[in-house]
Amino acid sequence: MISDISDWLNGYWVPDGGKPAWIIQPNLHSTKPDNMQSFTIHSGVVATLDRANVDTDQIIPKQFLKRIERTGFGQYLFYDWRFLDDGTTPNTDFELNQPHLDGASVLIARKNFGSGSSREHAVWALDDYGFRAVIAPSFADIFFNNCFKNGVLPIVLDEAQIDEIFERASQPSPYQLTVDLKEQTVKDSDGLNLTFEIDQSRKHNLLHGLDDIAETLQHEEKITAYEEARAW
Amino acid sequence: MAPNVDSKLSQLISSFPILHQMSDVKSSAPRTMLEKIWNQHVVHAPEQGPSILYIDLHLVHEVTSPQAFEGLRMNGRQIRRPESTIATPDHNVPTSDRSLPIADPISRKQIDTLRENCKEFGVTLFDIDDVRQGIVHVIGPENGYTQPGMTIVCGDSHTATHGAFGSLAFGIGTSEVEHVLATQTLRQFKPKTFELRVDGELAPGVTAKDMVLYLIGKIGTAGGTGYVLEYTGDCIRALSMEERMTVCNMSIEAGARAGMIAPDQITFDYLRGRPEVPQDFDAAVQRWKHLGSDEGAAYDLSNTYRGGDIEPQVTWGTNPGQVRSISALVPMPSDFDDPTEQKSTSDALEYMGLTANTPIHDIPIQRVFIGSCTNARIEDLRAAASVLNGHHVSGDVNAMVVPGSGQVKKQAEQEGLDRIFKKAGFDWREAGCSMCLAMNPDKLEPGERCASTSNRNFEGRQGKGGRTHLVSPAMAAAAAVKGHFVDIRQWDYKAAE
Repeated sequence: MISDISDWLNGYWVPDGGKPAWIIQPNLHSTKPDNMQSFTIHSGVVATLDRANVDTDQIIPKQFLKRIERTGFGQYLFYDWRFLDDGTTPNTDFELNQPHLDGASVLIARKNFGSGSSREHAVWALDDYGFRAVIAPSFADIFFNNCFKNGVLPIVLDEAQIDEIFERASQPSPYQLTVDLKEQTVKDSDGLNLTFEIDQSRKHNLLHGLDDIAETLQHEEKITAYEEARAW
Repeated sequence: MAPNVDSKLSQLISSFPILHQMSDVKSSAPRTMLEKIWNQHVVHAPEQGPSILYIDLHLVHEVTSPQAFEGLRMNGRQIRRPESTIATPDHNVPTSDRSLPIADPISRKQIDTLRENCKEFGVTLFDIDDVRQGIVHVIGPENGYTQPGMTIVCGDSHTATHGAFGSLAFGIGTSEVEHVLATQTLRQFKPKTFELRVDGELAPGVTAKDMVLYLIGKIGTAGGTGYVLEYTGDCIRALSMEERMTVCNMSIEAGARAGMIAPDQITFDYLRGRPEVPQDFDAAVQRWKHLGSDEGAAYDLSNTYRGGDIEPQVTWGTNPGQVRSISALVPMPSDFDDPTEQKSTSDALEYMGLTANTPIHDIPIQRVFIGSCTNARIEDLRAAASVLNGHHVSGDVNAMVVPGSGQVKKQAEQEGLDRIFKKAGFDWREAGCSMCLAMNPDKLEPGERCASTSNRNFEGRQGKGGRTHLVSPAMAAAAAVKGHFVDIRQWDYKAAE
């Protein structure tokens, strides 16, 4: 939720098909418990991860799950792949360490992304690193759901469309995509124009950065009635 | 009742989920178990978007809950039903001497935080000095918290385990943990149903673990995405409750958030007499008897397998779907048509340090782990102990047993299983998740190869650079003795001493 003026100040203008939009950057150093940032339109550099079944153990290894905060996980994202055995030297063979991917904010991967453990830390790590959208042919259910709770947009495209993006992003120079949630489109500056499906209630909540708990509590009377009807 | 009145009544009832739940009016269309449990728990079903689903039991552990409790605190919220919430530390706890303080200060802080949160919010906690402490998916069933027809959640993907009782049980993220704490509900889309039918019988030596690994190998690690799996067929009905838990536990490894098995006499016999079951147990059984899917109920998807086709299984790769029979060879990338699978296979072979076409039983191992929410119950320990009886682990193998709970450990010691394990050269540990995910000090060194009864063989899962092969408890015990995988169907069982 955009509740802080500094979030607006961190934004920047992006022209989107002649219609400029003010892009809100997530405040990476925020300690707000309310992680439900909104998502409207986002343009950013694409990082390609040419791997299937990327599990949440790879996204955030277990030794970093001991923190009791929601923040600060970005430094450990893909830790075992990103760093050599000393844990600090970047592994230059790892896709995300290519210099032209500095500041990448759109991640593209192969099928079944986010499988395995339910750890929401995986989404916190992606978000904290700076990713606002993840694009894949399919996602694991729990991870997919966790994304929406944190204002990170998971986008499902078909295999051929994913292949096309991998192809376009294959040059060693930054490749940008613009994700427009309202229009449900993924575009580049060179004619790529794809549409994606999303549940309309999830879309609404993401566009407005709505908090699920507050929404559910609007139905508290129904919960109470249900409990009273049950014989405990 | 005249048909038109009946249909109007049904219409009225279906528009009020609470009435639906309370009424004895049988819908004429046959329903799946999922539909029955789902309908009984819908608090609010908007025309669009997710339903609000009531949650009967919420299990909490130290790793995925601190941020949820903090969220409650920041928003001035309470736990709606602390009496439906139970907690235990399991992921982080050391499995060595419990009288010593926890050496890792960050682990200690996380466990202390759970204690403080449970105290502040009034949640029952089974702490590490309590015999009821253990892996959350072991202690729920063994204390009778887990019951047929319930909705059960936990911030852990292996919550699917509890579906063995005919409950709808699934893992959730921390934001959802906070949502359940605050509202006792979850916003959920109704999943689709996928029947996995296993007919016939399992061959001697073939276990529930082999069955579920076989099924994951068949449908793949994303085959169940978007579905609740319902396991049916004679082969499933013949399983004990603990075996059913092993099967349902690994539903998530096939991509399904939940797996279910209809409750029957085996379920009721297991539950009778456990501390937390309903006081009027017979009346509860009468309700539970009708939970199973009706004859002719329609599943969205249905596959049938033959139990007799299943051999002991060993994973060779870095996801649970990369699995083969003990008699098979490690595959070649070219065995697969899909280029993505080919790449996954070559990546996995490289990480696992394996050469294509190596016979599975020739793969040497250095470590053995018997434990986890998949296979650390008393029957699992009995199976491993019967293999080990009269044998000793191979010279260079480091082997450990981590019981699933304090109560499992105690029972095993009463049966003398601990002595068999120790005599065979195994380490006998305290309860916890341990080397299933290696958050505590129990972990593999880079390059070490482990026969493990756990549920995930992901890269680095049991320690950075560690190589995990998932197997049944009997297969793990046999591998410990021989120093490589062997076909348990040809094992030399010694008579009990």
